[in-house]
Amino acid sequence: MADIRNNFVGIKSPNPFWLASAPPTDKEYNVVRAFRAGWGGVVWKTLGEDPHVVNVNGPRYGAIWSGDRRLLGMNNIELITDRPLQTNLREIKRVKKEWPDRAMIVSLMVPCEEENWKSILKLVEETEADGIELNFGCPHGMSERGMGSAVGQVPEYIEMVVRWCKQNSRMPVITKLTPNITDIRKPARAARAGGTDAVSLINTINSITGVDLDSFAPEPTIDGKGSHGGYCGPAVKPIALNMVAEIARDTETAGLPISGIGGITTWRDAAEFLALGAGNVQVCTAAMTYGFKVVEEMIEGLKNWMDVKGHATLDDVIGRATPNISDWQYLNLNYVTKARINQDLCIQCGRCHIACEDTSHQAITAIVDGKRRFEVIEEECVGCNLCVNVCPVESCIDMVALEAGALDKRTGEKVDPTYANWTTHPNNPAARQAAE
Amino acid sequence: MAQGQFKDGIAAGRLSQAQYSENFSDLHPPLDRHEAVVEADRCYFCYDAPCLQACPTSIDIPMFIRQIATGNPLGSAKTIFDQNILGGMCARVCPTETLCEEVCVREVAEGKPVQIGRLQRYATDVAMEAGRQFYERAASSGKTVAVVGAGPAGLACAHRLAVSGHAVTLYEAKPKPGGLNEYGIAAYKTVDEFAQSEVDYVTAVGGISIEYGMALGRDIALAELAAKHDAVFLGMGLAGVNALRAEGEDASGVENAVEFIAGLRQADDLATIPVGRRVVVIGGGMTAIDAAIQSKLLGAEEVTICYRRGKEHMNASEYEQDLAASNGVVIRHWQQPKRVVAVNGTTVGIELEYTRLVEGKLVGTGEVVTLAADQVFKAIGQTFDAAPLNGSGNAIALEKGRIKVDEEGRTSMTKVWAGGDCIFGGDDLTVSAVAQGRDAAMSIDRALMG
Repeated sequence: MADIRNNFVGIKSPNPFWLASAPPTDKEYNVVRAFRAGWGGVVWKTLGEDPHVVNVNGPRYGAIWSGDRRLLGMNNIELITDRPLQTNLREIKRVKKEWPDRAMIVSLMVPCEEENWKSILKLVEETEADGIELNFGCPHGMSERGMGSAVGQVPEYIEMVVRWCKQNSRMPVITKLTPNITDIRKPARAARAGGTDAVSLINTINSITGVDLDSFAPEPTIDGKGSHGGYCGPAVKPIALNMVAEIARDTETAGLPISGIGGITTWRDAAEFLALGAGNVQVCTAAMTYGFKVVEEMIEGLKNWMDVKGHATLDDVIGRATPNISDWQYLNLNYVTKARINQDLCIQCGRCHIACEDTSHQAITAIVDGKRRFEVIEEECVGCNLCVNVCPVESCIDMVALEAGALDKRTGEKVDPTYANWTTHPNNPAARQAAE
Repeated sequence: MAQGQFKDGIAAGRLSQAQYSENFSDLHPPLDRHEAVVEADRCYFCYDAPCLQACPTSIDIPMFIRQIATGNPLGSAKTIFDQNILGGMCARVCPTETLCEEVCVREVAEGKPVQIGRLQRYATDVAMEAGRQFYERAASSGKTVAVVGAGPAGLACAHRLAVSGHAVTLYEAKPKPGGLNEYGIAAYKTVDEFAQSEVDYVTAVGGISIEYGMALGRDIALAELAAKHDAVFLGMGLAGVNALRAEGEDASGVENAVEFIAGLRQADDLATIPVGRRVVVIGGGMTAIDAAIQSKLLGAEEVTICYRRGKEHMNASEYEQDLAASNGVVIRHWQQPKRVVAVNGTTVGIELEYTRLVEGKLVGTGEVVTLAADQVFKAIGQTFDAAPLNGSGNAIALEKGRIKVDEEGRTSMTKVWAGGDCIFGGDDLTVSAVAQGRDAAMSIDRALMG
């Protein structure tokens, strides 16, 4: 049986599934329930200075759904904890004592002055928590007060605050990054320069989930008005995966531990984050949608996959996909694929045809010999994969790679067995210059 | 002797009022908004969709379903009504399992088609309950058209003509409009007076007046209509019923299934409708199924359908056959009626002869079986009665006993079009009658305005 015990920057937990700093980790009551359900650790909902913040008393969450109201994405305008600091500290200490094998990380957000950080770090250390996470990500409310993503969007501030924390605390420091920036590598590099032990990402994405077309107010709507909130849930996973990958493969941040966050709903999502370089994962929306029990599926699913694939420990998985992340310019232009439709599986919906006909390369028939039939016209197929994506039947359409030496009917040329990319392509002006 | 539900002979009031209302409630309860959106989400929005091709009225099914999915049921209803103004009734009575849903790619893929009929009902219900009218009449053309028969064909024709600006007079022999929608469909398929509400909805466009109690050949003559109006559309359906051609079929207890179904639909109190303790229905089509199931629902103890050919030859769809079986109706194949057994003129049984196919021809085997029966329903097809065409009878050509029309619905007589069950070449479906009425209206419009 695969061993999924996790050691993240020295913080040990029985599995790599932590609950992210968010409403599910705001109180002892919730956290104890989470630990009972099997979660490996929690990042306690962000603490701030007293007097504690207040939240709106109207809707805090907005969402988008599929037709059957499966939650695809959610946003929130909730702030950091709205309970007194001492209440939280007392509960953190008690829970850590009762659950010593679980990871207890405390998320923090205070004004950008060294004294403010110094004083709260001291209080947190007294709880015996395993580490801290710096909330530089929260995109609403706190950012208007010069905290959260207002810090996370300025690499110099990140570096400065991380340095203060490292200098004033023995605890491991995890720096949580906001995705609301142009290049995620910049804040990650700044965190590393400041001495951070790890980064965690992504925090939520600035968003408006919808507009009420009767009141013409954005959602969630508070007394006729709305504000952008932080977007999360399954919809953000691809964005988060890319940002994790960018940091994992950046030469300046390579090797920096990453706690992966963003739309993780199943063991498979988690495994993908690990493969791209995350050392563990944090979950929130899935728990908020289904309750804490989902972790059972994540744990068992991950173990099962590792057993089937022969991966003994998490280290056998973490970062395995990182070397395969490349820049476009290095992709092999001599790799040629063609779509192939399995006629036995085809249910004749015709979506591949109309997608290709209207929006791509006119490479799929609708009628063959007077009959409704969808076949790939290899002379036109560029191998774009759109037909695969719009086909409602799994594995009905495959992208088949042409073997070296085979004829590409579209170009009329034989597939070259050698690897060749854009950097050396004759159409590349830069390549021409280099040759001259 | 047994009383109550199991009373011998033909008797009314076999069940309690609670049982009647439960038995005759909506066969397929309507989808609510969420159910409709979830079901609509299953539609793949196919290219050149097979369902659309299979619909006799060519409703743009993927589009109307997408409109439901996107929260636009009124737009969805308009998409339906654009092709089929009786889309509400068709949603209830179409044998979708042999039309759109049979060819749905999800039926092909997983044996579970998108429930197109129920989605169509959802959208049309929303629009009709809101009283939303989508069509405005064109400026008056000054032309008048007579439409004979206020059934599906006549109503569809009248609506399209009225929208085009013509003034329509509908001549209906019965006291109520709707034709088979009102008189010929099992009660549990169209509850809550839906047929009448639909007629009101269709005629609300304006320009359509209905004259009741006006039977062609009795109260009005075709030549007279043709002289008085710029065009005439005949949609009077089928008035005759085929005979059993079995000895003793004049006995008391032998009845027309069509009349039984009509009587049931018109009854204010189902407890007043008599039904036999043991009922035998002769036939293999939808009428046979409707009569058999409703006999059972009225409290008959034993109901048997006898059909002279095999299961695969029945006109009733497999779904309808299963519906009958699940209601406790026994279907016997390869048996044809030979003799009604009567005592003192009252039916007590029916003698049937086994049949088989010999070189494609149905023949009796000589072996007979007798079933006890208090009531025997004839459901072996209806026939067109050409007599009411009276004076003009010679001028209108028939084909195999029904009115002959060209591809636009024109009869052999100038200014006269026809559609629905009374024409040759139809398939006895409500939805086909609607298509024929609509298309004839467009042909009439072209002729009048050309």
